[in-house]
Amino acid sequence: MELEYSADHEAFRRMLRAFLENNRARAPRMRTFASGVVDPALLGWQKLLIEHGYAARGVPREYGGAGADPDPLIATIIAEEFAQARLSRGVSGQGLDMLVPTLLEHGSEEQKRRYVPPTVRGEMLWCQGYSEPGAGSDLASLRTRGRVEGDTLVMDGQKIWTSTAQFAQMMFALVRTEADAPKHAGISYVLVPMDTPGITVRPLKTMTGEAEFNEVFFDAVRVPLENLVGKRGEGWKIANTTLRHERNMLGSASTSVKLFESARSTMRENRVDGRPALENPVLRGRLMALQAKTLAMKCHAMRLLTCQLRGEAAGVAGLVTKLNGCQLNFDLAGLAIDALGEAGILYRGGAQSSEATRWQFHYMFQLGLIIGGGTAQIQKNIIAERGLGMPREPRPAVPDPDAR
Amino acid sequence: MDFGLSEEQRLLDATLRRLLEEKLPLARVRQVSAESEDGVDEAAWRALAELGVVGCLIPEKQGGSAGTLLDAVVVATALGHGCAPLPFLGSAVLAPILFDALGSPAQQDEWLPRLAAGRARVAVALSECVERRDDAGLRLEAGRLHGSARFVVDSAGADVFLAPAGAACFLLPASAPGLELRPMPTIDRSRRLSELTFDGVAADEPLAGDAAPGEVAAAIARALDAARVVLAADIVGSCDRALELSVAYALTREQFGRKIGSFQAVKHICAEMAAALEPARSLLWYAAHAFDALPAEAALSATLCKAHLSEVGRDLLRSATEVHGGIGFTDECDLQLWFKRVGLDRQLLGGPERLYAHAAELQHLSS
Ligand SMILES: Cc1cc2nc3c(=O)[nH]c(=O)nc-3n(C[C@H](O)[C@H](O)[C@H](O)COP(=O)(O)OP(=O)(O)OC[C@H]3O[C@@H](n4cnc5c(N)ncnc54)[C@H](O)[C@@H]3O)c2cc1C
Repeated sequence: MELEYSADHEAFRRMLRAFLENNRARAPRMRTFASGVVDPALLGWQKLLIEHGYAARGVPREYGGAGADPDPLIATIIAEEFAQARLSRGVSGQGLDMLVPTLLEHGSEEQKRRYVPPTVRGEMLWCQGYSEPGAGSDLASLRTRGRVEGDTLVMDGQKIWTSTAQFAQMMFALVRTEADAPKHAGISYVLVPMDTPGITVRPLKTMTGEAEFNEVFFDAVRVPLENLVGKRGEGWKIANTTLRHERNMLGSASTSVKLFESARSTMRENRVDGRPALENPVLRGRLMALQAKTLAMKCHAMRLLTCQLRGEAAGVAGLVTKLNGCQLNFDLAGLAIDALGEAGILYRGGAQSSEATRWQFHYMFQLGLIIGGGTAQIQKNIIAERGLGMPREPRPAVPDPDAR
Repeated sequence: MDFGLSEEQRLLDATLRRLLEEKLPLARVRQVSAESEDGVDEAAWRALAELGVVGCLIPEKQGGSAGTLLDAVVVATALGHGCAPLPFLGSAVLAPILFDALGSPAQQDEWLPRLAAGRARVAVALSECVERRDDAGLRLEAGRLHGSARFVVDSAGADVFLAPAGAACFLLPASAPGLELRPMPTIDRSRRLSELTFDGVAADEPLAGDAAPGEVAAAIARALDAARVVLAADIVGSCDRALELSVAYALTREQFGRKIGSFQAVKHICAEMAAALEPARSLLWYAAHAFDALPAEAALSATLCKAHLSEVGRDLLRSATEVHGGIGFTDECDLQLWFKRVGLDRQLLGGPERLYAHAAELQHLSS
């Protein structure tokens, strides 16, 4: 065990800290999720971060990144310092976090040159077109069809729950190109410009009252065949690369740490019968229990990072982050609501709207994340089957090799 | 030994559910929630009054049906099941109990018949009797009220308010000079809460002008017990609906070539919902019965009942949402209506922590 970072890493940390201190004024304001408005301050900030190697760090220079050697410890230091400084980490989202790594691994040279640089700069926003009305947990049963006509792919069908599709310029999507092949073998991975004729986007209002996701309809949408990533029929394998990146994103310990700190301030600042809610022993006990879980997840992230550095398989320990992290975040929001008592039911809109009204949003949104990106039940199946070697549930229908 | 609803109560339940389905289909519930200023479906409220349920806690001589709290629980369960945008808690439970306990004969004759007929609405400001947040609360100075009362349930569209201050409980017309009502938007749109602000409002009409010391406090405690049982009933009705929706969805939705209800994971979630809910329903009936018939048990069982149902309700609605997958997170899916309704029921007039502490105090278990 050695928790200290090397002298080089510490020097990097000091440099980053100084950078953040000196450039604080240039950072854009943080937003919870994409609003569709391209914020020039964000693009300028992103450019500055890339120049210094604090964003798109591992993306090669020729594709617009900082071109640094991959170093998970550096990545962790960057995450820690930006969180500590409460500054925007620059452009984020499904494009940079999920598509770019996928393209770097599987994309053609032409695709990398064309799509990675604008995505990295924050000028090209992406959405993930995987789920369909009939294909959620059972993603591989998707039915959006891609018919090959010469050098064109003609798409018909529907995607659903597509986050940020109403703002995105591009979608990375899964389509069924080989109608007769077995379920997993008939899928291709394709890049679709959202302004192609035949695409209709219908925003879906969620329980929070916002339109966090959309339905996307394809009616004879024509996309050049060169937009396939990898070979025809190999989309499932490639999709799993993206999903791996999504699973690492959801339930990350840094979100829990932030929510924990925020819940603690809520409990410190809100007074019940003249005393801070934090002085209520029951609420305080619950907070401490969640602090223990938050700390456990933070330590767990260090352990998984070490596995990565050593090149070791993490085994079952590597499969539990999403399940635990999302539940923890949900519980933290639930506790903050309870600590606020009746004020915990306020929701935005009123003269009294304050930080109190944020918690109901978090509470619903975190429940959404327990479901999105593979439900809790699917996570448990993965832990039991892949992690613990248990057999699949006996089933009436044909066995399915891969749940989401 | 006979522990359960009576034949009449079951009949009432069935009649009510039919009436609610007819008068308040969910499209109407959503419309009232979105468009109406006071958040109340007036026609449905009148229909309920004609059925006699608005006056279920009002004496017969004032036009009520002089029922028990268990009758009110039957009604509240059905209202929860229907996500009804109706001011039952304020105008049919809290106000009648306080008028009955503290009102002068003249006050009772003036208000109770109108309440029973659904022609007047009275909201009661009790939040600060439970716990005081920030600087909320009322001060009585030289016969005038100053300060604020928050989270007043069923207050939009009320004709008068009842507000305790000092050792008295005052009757205040909504139009009183210096009295202002500010909406407090919550996640639940099916009932409306407001903050009342008092800027030197004349407090010249107390209930029970000649009440003995402690009488007002005792009446308020009793009204709170009833309200908590009724909120718990609202949660039970909401949970019933959420479980119905979940089971129906699990029997329709297919993934991996089979009904999701055939996965043990989903089956067990639904089984756990039912397993948590049924004993909680029994506790609810007991607490309602105790309120009328077992004075020594009333306060404690009301307190534990609301605390427990709040926990059951929160967990159950979360599970129900999970069973629905991505659909469960949408506005379009009706389930969210109850997710939010239970969210409000849980926090109102004391959440679990508050109530556990109160339960311990009632039993002299806390220092
Ligand atoms: C906030 C949010 C954002 C999202 N963003 C995107 C996006 O950008 N792009 C995209 O493509 N998708 C997105 N999704 C979709 C998400 O991936 C799916 O909702 C999720 O995979 C579940 O699929 P489903 O909704 O069809 O539910 P279903 O698969 O129908 O699940 C219903 C219930 O059945 C259970 N179940 C299903 N199969 C099994 C099984 N084998 N064993 C046990 N239980 C089972 C589930 O756990 C769940 O409880 C998003 C979802 C949410 C909530």
